[in-house]
Amino acid sequence: MSNGNLEIKAISGHRGGTPGKGVSRDYDVCKLVDTTTCIGCKACEVACLEWNGYEFRETVFDNTYQTMPETAWNFWNLIKFKETEDENGNLQWLMRKDQCMHCEEPGCLIACPADGAIVQYTNGIVDFNQENCIGCEYCVTGCPFNIPKFNQETKKVYKCTLCSDRVGAGLEPACIKSCPTGCLHFGSKEDMLDIANKRVDQIKRETSHKNAGVYDPSGVGGTHVVYVLHDMNKTDDYQLPADPTVPFFVRMWKGPLKWLGGIGMAAGVLGVFMHYVRYGPKEVDKNEEVKR
Amino acid sequence: MSGGVIARPTTSTPEDQIQRYTYKERVYHWINAIAFTYLLLTGLALFTPFLWWLASVLGGGGTIRYWHPWVGLVYVVTIFWMYSKWKSDMKAIPADKQWSKNLKAYVENHDEQMPPQSRFNAGQKQFWWVMFYCTLILLITGIIMWFPERIPGSEHWILPITVFIHSTTALVAIAAFIIHVYMSIWVTPGSMKAMIEGNVSANWARTHHRLWYEKITGRKG
Repeated sequence: MSNGNLEIKAISGHRGGTPGKGVSRDYDVCKLVDTTTCIGCKACEVACLEWNGYEFRETVFDNTYQTMPETAWNFWNLIKFKETEDENGNLQWLMRKDQCMHCEEPGCLIACPADGAIVQYTNGIVDFNQENCIGCEYCVTGCPFNIPKFNQETKKVYKCTLCSDRVGAGLEPACIKSCPTGCLHFGSKEDMLDIANKRVDQIKRETSHKNAGVYDPSGVGGTHVVYVLHDMNKTDDYQLPADPTVPFFVRMWKGPLKWLGGIGMAAGVLGVFMHYVRYGPKEVDKNEEVKR
Repeated sequence: MSGGVIARPTTSTPEDQIQRYTYKERVYHWINAIAFTYLLLTGLALFTPFLWWLASVLGGGGTIRYWHPWVGLVYVVTIFWMYSKWKSDMKAIPADKQWSKNLKAYVENHDEQMPPQSRFNAGQKQFWWVMFYCTLILLITGIIMWFPERIPGSEHWILPITVFIHSTTALVAIAAFIIHVYMSIWVTPGSMKAMIEGNVSANWARTHHRLWYEKITGRKG
């Protein structure tokens, strides 16, 4: 949302107040995926490959309508498929567009040790800079959604960029542009949540899916990809974690342990130095019998 | 001099000198020490942004990520070799209990209050076993951290705890390492010479390792 500074501040020859002055607007971005209207056509998978310049990679057929078992370093957008039954015993085909969730509190970024390898833009996009990536895969350790994927050849990690290159130029992400049913929406987070909540109200009112809801997990501070789900109690069926968080031990490791370790090491070096100042060495006097 | 052997202090054991470490022991110790130092510096670069500059000094982030595990294997192999050579010397003896009890006196250099010690004193044994068990933990966690991409997504819960244990164990090893280096360079003059040239004076051996001295020389007291 690069045109954020084009809000009207003053108007020439205009009597009275300036319309719209002081009105604040969120310039963050968000994808809304309405799983209730996704038909699993996979146009978004193809659009993602095309825009990002990847050939279609080899895949594994696992007897479902899912292109491959999970996203790959060069396949960032995957429709996860599951055949199940709803609460009334009706057959249900669940389709969920899986990609980077662009967490407000990104576990990958918290875990990453390489200066500048992962950045979070103010619009909410979490982006990997491969030129700074060292391939340690700490991001894999930090991610609660299993998104960053390692490339054995380049020894670097890749994932969905939320089309930061398109968004920076004022365009929608490639997947959004390709969606034929309109189940994919793109805009500010506030607007997307507004649409999502209205859609959930409609589903509850007009269908039997009384547990429909919006998936915007607070454990990671909310995400910049939100879902409308038929049933919020069945996140497992969508292959989504019910309550994702930055892993506890990643927080401990990058929080208290880092500080205690650093202070401990400095104290240790200072401590042995002070010991030397106080007690000095254990000299062995060569000319004397050793005292017993 | 007769017989063509030039008696240099480093190649033979002169009068009143006792061989403390064989050539092989010294070589393995120093390969291990160099490996540990590399692992320490590269590990710290990955541990905290304050020391990330170490990565640049050592060839860049990608380079240290590549070499840290391999050098780790060198470290592990040399530790295992030392284990095979030293495990009997590292066994606790009855006097060790008293030694540990009198630790305060040892720290304050009142060594006359310490019980006679064998080839390694109780503190050195403790250092050895801390390093040995840390090495086992670092090896197991390190192998997992070497290839996270081989772990299926459903088992990724193992990665955070693995990384945390690896870091914590490394910090314990670093604490032991600081004391080890300090003791050898500053506190007990002669021990650095022992690890480089192999020899110590009889007096040194009798002072610091009385039981070992008596066993080696057959002398009493």
